[in-house]
Amino acid sequence: MSKSPVQPVLDRRTLLRLAGAAALGGVPLAAKASGPGPVATKARIVIAGGGAAGLAVAARLSRLVTGATITVVDRRKEHFYQPGFTLVAAGLKPAGYVVSSTAEYIPAGVTLVEERVAEFDPEGNKVVTESGQALPYDFLVVATGLQLDYAAIEGMDTALIGRDGIGSVYAGPEAAEATWREMSRFADTGGVGLFLRPNTEMKCAGAPLKYTFITDDYLRRRGNRAKAELVYAANNKSLFSVPIVSEKVRMLFQDRGVKVAYDHVMTAIDPGRKVATFKTPDGPAEIKYDFVNVIPPMRAPEAVRNSPLGWRQGPWAADGWMEVDKATLRHMRYPNVFGVGDVAGVPKGKTAASVKWQVPVAVDHLVASLAGQTATSVYNGYTSCPLITRLGRAMLVEFDYQNNLTPSFPGVIAPLEELWITWVMKTMALKPTYIAMLRGQA
Amino acid sequence: MKDLDPLVFYVVFSEMLGPLLWVLALLAVGGLIAFAAVLRCDGGLVSKRLVRSELIGILGGFAALALMAWVTLSGFSDAGGPVDWLLIGVIWGIGLVGTTILAYTAQGLWDRYHGKACARAD
Ligand SMILES: Cc1cc2nc3c(=O)[nH]c(=O)nc-3n(C[C@H](O)[C@H](O)[C@H](O)COP(=O)(O)OP(=O)(O)OC[C@H]3O[C@@H](n4cnc5c(N)ncnc54)[C@H](O)[C@@H]3O)c2cc1C
Repeated sequence: MSKSPVQPVLDRRTLLRLAGAAALGGVPLAAKASGPGPVATKARIVIAGGGAAGLAVAARLSRLVTGATITVVDRRKEHFYQPGFTLVAAGLKPAGYVVSSTAEYIPAGVTLVEERVAEFDPEGNKVVTESGQALPYDFLVVATGLQLDYAAIEGMDTALIGRDGIGSVYAGPEAAEATWREMSRFADTGGVGLFLRPNTEMKCAGAPLKYTFITDDYLRRRGNRAKAELVYAANNKSLFSVPIVSEKVRMLFQDRGVKVAYDHVMTAIDPGRKVATFKTPDGPAEIKYDFVNVIPPMRAPEAVRNSPLGWRQGPWAADGWMEVDKATLRHMRYPNVFGVGDVAGVPKGKTAASVKWQVPVAVDHLVASLAGQTATSVYNGYTSCPLITRLGRAMLVEFDYQNNLTPSFPGVIAPLEELWITWVMKTMALKPTYIAMLRGQA
Repeated sequence: MKDLDPLVFYVVFSEMLGPLLWVLALLAVGGLIAFAAVLRCDGGLVSKRLVRSELIGILGGFAALALMAWVTLSGFSDAGGPVDWLLIGVIWGIGLVGTTILAYTAQGLWDRYHGKACARAD
């Protein structure tokens, strides 16, 4: 991607005046939108969270503005390519495949503060880090992702992952690898394989389904499918939030002999007895397992949940998802705050693919505000999920807020067809695309 | 993957292959230039050499498929629909054509190196 040369659009005197205004807490920080060049501004922009969304925002912003103070706040030194967790847990890639460092994607001129945000204060236009450092801002982008709430499942602890048949692809690279060891052992011995999803919003809702299909395939390849029973516990009456996809998965599960227990929400696990307990409309139900892929409830990170940024009513209030406009990702009550990525309280789309399409829209609106203009770009809820249905094949499922399928390659790559080409994309092209997104190049 | 900007393609491929992208590009360009040189020297295609190259090319097609299967961690029973067969055909074709041209050129250069004059193609 061509880098446009820095073209200061303001002379020094204007800049000084603006800086003065900014120091006084004035909001109009830039006077003039650039034509093709970057917008000159003295704005302080804080990005909370340096994962997929935070890094992509930093990269894009640093190209589109000049003179701003851009700060990324994230304590985690490693960067995880989370869509690769599934491949690690499938025994196809080593844990190292998904690990890099946050610092290597921080663009020149952007500051990284290696701390966690402990408090968001949108009234006072500042965030406070865990060490007590206050970072005042003119614009804030919240990209803190989400929190895996393992503690909400009674008896569950991440230390159990990799022992006695307990796996959890989500918990991190090592957990994904440990899950592979347990699943592989199960594929040799057979028994009951238990799969599930939480009854909250979740990132990559296809991931629990993928892992069910992958386990089925390993059992078949090792000649042990007859020795195993696979059960998928669905949190409600469907298998996927998009009806047409849910129906397709139902057919595939029937074809592969995966039993479905609808309206089952996991509440507890007893590692000693190897029993998982579920809340169902008929009261608690127990399912014995020999292998289980535990996927915990997911919520906004604590600091966001405890802040005024979350929805105050409606389906997303309880878990603290940010109250942002679903088309622009701008906060509904604090116009100088944006919420991008998993933390955003929008329908669907907690995937890296959504991040890819959310970031340009949010940044566009932010930069337009800096320039005193109004942007018109809209995020339509696009998200995508290469749903692996066996090793070597996947369905490219792409959809929007309205549950419409939005195929990128209509007539060539059919959305609900199990194809090798989709698998090729997942294994070859996805990570490079993701990395290019972090660098603001794709 | 919503709109297909050639620049994005380039970025993704360079992220995917790293320096290998340039090695492959150089190999392709260098191979074509050398091929053109051999052709000019011979005044056309030498049919005996071409047949030999095509045989090697067929193997090259399969080598390209094997490479692809290795890179994508998949096997040969995975094709699921027409577009998969198309992709397999395209990969095989690229391997075939690329290897044929390189093999032909290599033979031409080999002959030259061993002091043979340009062949007279008829
Ligand atoms: C198993 C699995 C499979 C997946 N498969 C796919 C797939 O196939 N396709 C796809 O598109 N997506 C997939 N995803 C989803 C994708 O990885 C996420 O949607 C994406 O990473 C979201 O980006 P994010 O920036 O919002 O969150 P993250 O990338 O998780 O980053 C959040 C960052 O915020 C930081 N943070 C948290 N709290 C604070 C705080 N208080 N202060 C400062 N920093 C904080 C964290 O340290 C982290 O670095 C998958 C995810 C998983 C787990």
